Amino acid sequence: MESTHKHEVKPIVWKDQSKGALWDSFNMLSPRVQMRNPVMFVVYIGSWLLLALFFHDLIARNGEALFTGVIDLWLWLTLIFANYGEALAERQGEAQASSLRQSRHEMVAKKLAKSERNAAYQEVPGVSLRTGDVILVEAGDFIPTDGEAITGVAAVDESAITGESAPVIREGGGDRSAVTGGTRVISDWLIIKVTQEAGNTFLDKMISMVEGAARRKTPNEVALSILLVFLTLVFLVVTVTIYPFSWYSVHYASHSGSVISLPVLIALLVCLIPTTIGALLPAIGIAGIVRLLKANVVATSGRAIEAAGDVDILMLDKTGTITYGNRSAAAFYPVSGISEAQLAQGARRASLADDTPEGKSIVALALKHFPDQQESLPTDANLISFTAETRMSGVDWEGQQLRKGAPDSMKAWIKDLQGSWPEGLDAIIEKIAAGGATPLVVCSGAQVLGAIELRDIVKTGIKERFAELREMGIRTVMVTGDNPLTAAAIAAEAGVDDYLAEAKPETKLARIRQYQSDGYMVAMTGDGTNDSPALAQADVGLCMASGTQAAREASNMVDMDSNPTKLLDIVRIGKQLLMTRGSLTTFSVANDVAKYFAIIPAAFISTYPQLSALNIMDLSSPDTAIMSAVIFNALIIPILIPLALKGVKFRADSAQNILRRNVWIYGLGGIIAPFIGIKLIDLLLTVL
Amino acid sequence: MISTLLLTTTLLVVTILLGIPLGVYMHRVYAGERFWASRLLGPVERLTYRLIGTSPEREMDWKRYALAILLFNLAGGLFLYILLLLQGHLPFNPMHFSGVAPGSAFNTAVSFITNTNWQDYSGGSTMSYLSQMLGITVQNFLSAATGIVILLPIIRAFVRHNTKNLGNFWVDMTRTVLYVLIPLSVIFSLILMQQGVVQTLSGAIHADMVAPFTSGGKTILQQVIHIGPVASQESIMMLGNNGGGFFNMNDAQPFENPTGLTNFLETMVMILIPVGLVFLFGQMTKAKKTAWAILVSMLILFIPLTLVSQHFELAGNPIFHQLGVTQANHAALAGGGNMEGVEDRIGAGASALFATVATATSTGAANNAYDSLIPLSGGINLFLMQLGEVVFGGVGSGLASFLAFMIFAVFLGGLMVGRTPEFLGKKIGAFEIKMVSLSILVMPLLVLIGTAIAATTVAGRAGVFNPGAHGFSEMLYAVTSPANNNGSAFGGLSNDTRFYNLLTGMCMLFGRFWVYLPLLALAGALAEKKKTPAGSGTLATHTPIFIGLTVGVILLVGALNFFPALALGPIAEQLAPVSHVMTH
Repeated sequence: MESTHKHEVKPIVWKDQSKGALWDSFNMLSPRVQMRNPVMFVVYIGSWLLLALFFHDLIARNGEALFTGVIDLWLWLTLIFANYGEALAERQGEAQASSLRQSRHEMVAKKLAKSERNAAYQEVPGVSLRTGDVILVEAGDFIPTDGEAITGVAAVDESAITGESAPVIREGGGDRSAVTGGTRVISDWLIIKVTQEAGNTFLDKMISMVEGAARRKTPNEVALSILLVFLTLVFLVVTVTIYPFSWYSVHYASHSGSVISLPVLIALLVCLIPTTIGALLPAIGIAGIVRLLKANVVATSGRAIEAAGDVDILMLDKTGTITYGNRSAAAFYPVSGISEAQLAQGARRASLADDTPEGKSIVALALKHFPDQQESLPTDANLISFTAETRMSGVDWEGQQLRKGAPDSMKAWIKDLQGSWPEGLDAIIEKIAAGGATPLVVCSGAQVLGAIELRDIVKTGIKERFAELREMGIRTVMVTGDNPLTAAAIAAEAGVDDYLAEAKPETKLARIRQYQSDGYMVAMTGDGTNDSPALAQADVGLCMASGTQAAREASNMVDMDSNPTKLLDIVRIGKQLLMTRGSLTTFSVANDVAKYFAIIPAAFISTYPQLSALNIMDLSSPDTAIMSAVIFNALIIPILIPLALKGVKFRADSAQNILRRNVWIYGLGGIIAPFIGIKLIDLLLTVL
Repeated sequence: MISTLLLTTTLLVVTILLGIPLGVYMHRVYAGERFWASRLLGPVERLTYRLIGTSPEREMDWKRYALAILLFNLAGGLFLYILLLLQGHLPFNPMHFSGVAPGSAFNTAVSFITNTNWQDYSGGSTMSYLSQMLGITVQNFLSAATGIVILLPIIRAFVRHNTKNLGNFWVDMTRTVLYVLIPLSVIFSLILMQQGVVQTLSGAIHADMVAPFTSGGKTILQQVIHIGPVASQESIMMLGNNGGGFFNMNDAQPFENPTGLTNFLETMVMILIPVGLVFLFGQMTKAKKTAWAILVSMLILFIPLTLVSQHFELAGNPIFHQLGVTQANHAALAGGGNMEGVEDRIGAGASALFATVATATSTGAANNAYDSLIPLSGGINLFLMQLGEVVFGGVGSGLASFLAFMIFAVFLGGLMVGRTPEFLGKKIGAFEIKMVSLSILVMPLLVLIGTAIAATTVAGRAGVFNPGAHGFSEMLYAVTSPANNNGSAFGGLSNDTRFYNLLTGMCMLFGRFWVYLPLLALAGALAEKKKTPAGSGTLATHTPIFIGLTVGVILLVGALNFFPALALGPIAEQLAPVSHVMTH
């Protein structure tokens, strides 16, 4: 049952996705769908107009039909390419969301027929539990949802929620009966009555976010859409007024040539308005959500993803995010009269059967210091496992009673055996605690051997990630229940910018408010119910899937893997989303320069032959020049769909360097690329 | 070319050197600091407040501020309109000019309150001294002050946070006129008078001619020389980017622009206040680097365009080259080049520089005939205006529009670095983009639709005297200039017709107030936002790459909007084969 949180995501068959999306893109040619996107709606109206003109030309046999037809064909293709991008993103999103939904069902609960330890149970999906159901959890099981213990006593690891690594006791009845979803039973068992359904409403919300009709635009998307509508409006006026300008020039100025034709005007309009970004904008937004889903994060609003890109301060829980959830043995402190080797041997023996990470770390430390201690557990050894009552564990090794445990429980144990508590041990214990670590006392019978220092181990690579974040202008704040001394020591080791020690829900909330009133955007992770106010207050609240219902309601994202480090990925996804939009907008607008140089000389050359000097691409004829521009304008959409779905390349860097890179690639590239593309298409058309 | 380059460099360096202290000075003025100037003029300032019944503490939100601007300008416009209609019955009219015709009076009133100073009349022979002084000169001050007063709340919006208050219109107006415009124009008037610019209230001089001649059977013995209070109007018309000259010849008239020094200074003061305001922006926002970035962006746009213009003017007319007529730098040719419509005293190079400065700022003054510029140089005049008067631009209004473009650049740049765009700590959202779009949208619509109307109506075409692409350029210019509140003109178009009076009048009104009302609304929204502290993830608005982005956005918007129109006007004319030109 250990692996209930692992996701066995079925591979999604992308081939089916693209085929389905192609079908969708034709279905989306209805005016109702097209009207949602003002930029593409202009293309849509132009396509119909030209279709009518095409039939007129056919009937009139005026020799224009071929040109009109080709332009119109490519306008329809432009629309279909745009639809395809959106449809593909939508399908990917749905597939991703439903595969995530499946994996949620795999979390299994032992549902009891009646509330007795030995009653028969049935394994059911965690999400199917309803309020009032009675379940059994045993050592090693995750508690599937919030509930109340009815009978039994158990040590529960709530470190994922509280950040406190020491296990807590939960027992039926009384004050300590509330259990939280996502916590893990370490020893013994509990019978729990479900008080909160582990619903999957988040996923439903997420799925609706990728589906066209329900999709709401995010603030930046709205602003960008306004900009695109503005550009479309300006270019509409630019092209519409070209007609009278051309008319005047033909009749009153140059007295030669012919007035610009409707197909050329519509071609110019479609080329000028930002169709590239207009077509890809929906796909970019959906792709952002899909990327989040791929990271096993469920967002409740697109707004939250955008906000993640803006985050200035990350508040991260120490335990599980910055340090490994469990502590590791760091040093042996023998009492006087005992050698370090003796202590190590005793500690090693007492821990050989201990499967917990802490136990394993003691064995590993002993091996490191004394590589010749290789003995294995005797077959007749009597294992004493950790229980909530005794709060110690160990082994009876050839008559030797080896025990390890917290100082106070060991003190009681020694007292029971009428042993003596060695002088200096208290000093050792205090020294360990002062350094930000946890002491563990080891004894052999009534003889105390010494203490082991259990330390928080900072995750490897986390320091580098924080440095990256700092480079990006994001500050990290470590939140911990530890005392300031311990917190400072770990903060320095992990390389965070700041820490919040002895954190209580109120202090977290107050700190977030402080940051926000200073103008910062704050992201935080949490999962306990008492985190809810802070999660709700934060601009981005990431809740662990293991979190309580209240915490989940308060957050705007849920991490299905319960991995708080995800926040860093979410920031990346949020930034990438905005970068993709900005870069493709720049690219789209920059493209217009080349299109002008293709179309304007072609359109006016009959009036002013000298304007052929503007045909700097040396396109072969006015007709092929205009066609090439329209074809390029259409083809660039499918070419950029993969980029829109994947997002532009992201590297943790300062804003200035990112801007420089993107302006060069998408600004300058956006000016140059169409010159090359249009020229190539023109060459191809000429050969044909 | 070398001397013109030297002149251009000197001009820009001197302006920047004077602009820095001017910016600092204005900062102290608008902050209401007590310093030497306020000790000197404070009593007048406080008396004005008592008369109006206001005080610097009574601040306004954007709506009240905007309303005050509109009402103030409406009152000024009505006053000027009535004054012009009735000037025949009013004093200070030694030439006994009759009242101005209603169409022209409307156009002139609108023209001067909008800081355009588009003139459909000939000043020296139409306007009484009272109209010139109480009407034109007063509006020269007030319309220039309005431009600055539009800018102030926009700058404050970046400085302040969580407030609706953007300042007090009356206080800003009083301080601008009292501390900035009057002292500067007094100093400049005195310099001009010292150099020989006329300043008098006596009527025109009837001088005996040295060589009398016969015309239409009449022997002409005397010459009428128009004079008047020129220096006082000249100084504010240049300083305030008004540009409407006392005489129709504007700065080519020796009484307005008698010496090389006055020519240099008149060119310089056009950009003096716009540059000073850029530094004021840096002072107020404490973003001095960004202020420099704005200045550098303006120079990047200005210098190449002005050099190209100068190059073509100095290269001379290609038709003359073909005919073997020399246009080289002879003493008799005052530097050589295209001398058509150029004052010998000034020369082609300095004239081209004056032309680009007058169109880059919204001054629209002229010391040469813009209609006679080489087509591409004329096209550069057009293009500088069509960029939206943001390269220096009008006093105040130019920087306001520049900031609007910068918000566009910030928006694109912000998205490209993966953050909700911020400019000086203020987040740029949907509302801001909407207001900036509305503001930037107006001018291209006015110019394109206005030109389209002129080109397709009989009344519009009737005004065009020149054939070919040049005729189209003239119409384009006649709409572009008022829509951008510039006021310069390509001659060769008869614009005192009911059609052009109405068309240009509308362009001036919308071009002024429709452009800046959205920006005031933008200021209102920005002031209410909180300020986000800058970090290394924030887009810096002073880096070379951001300057490049801003310049790119301005150029791209300008070029994309007007490329087709320019292709059919100046570009077609410039590229025309010489033989083709000669057939006309």
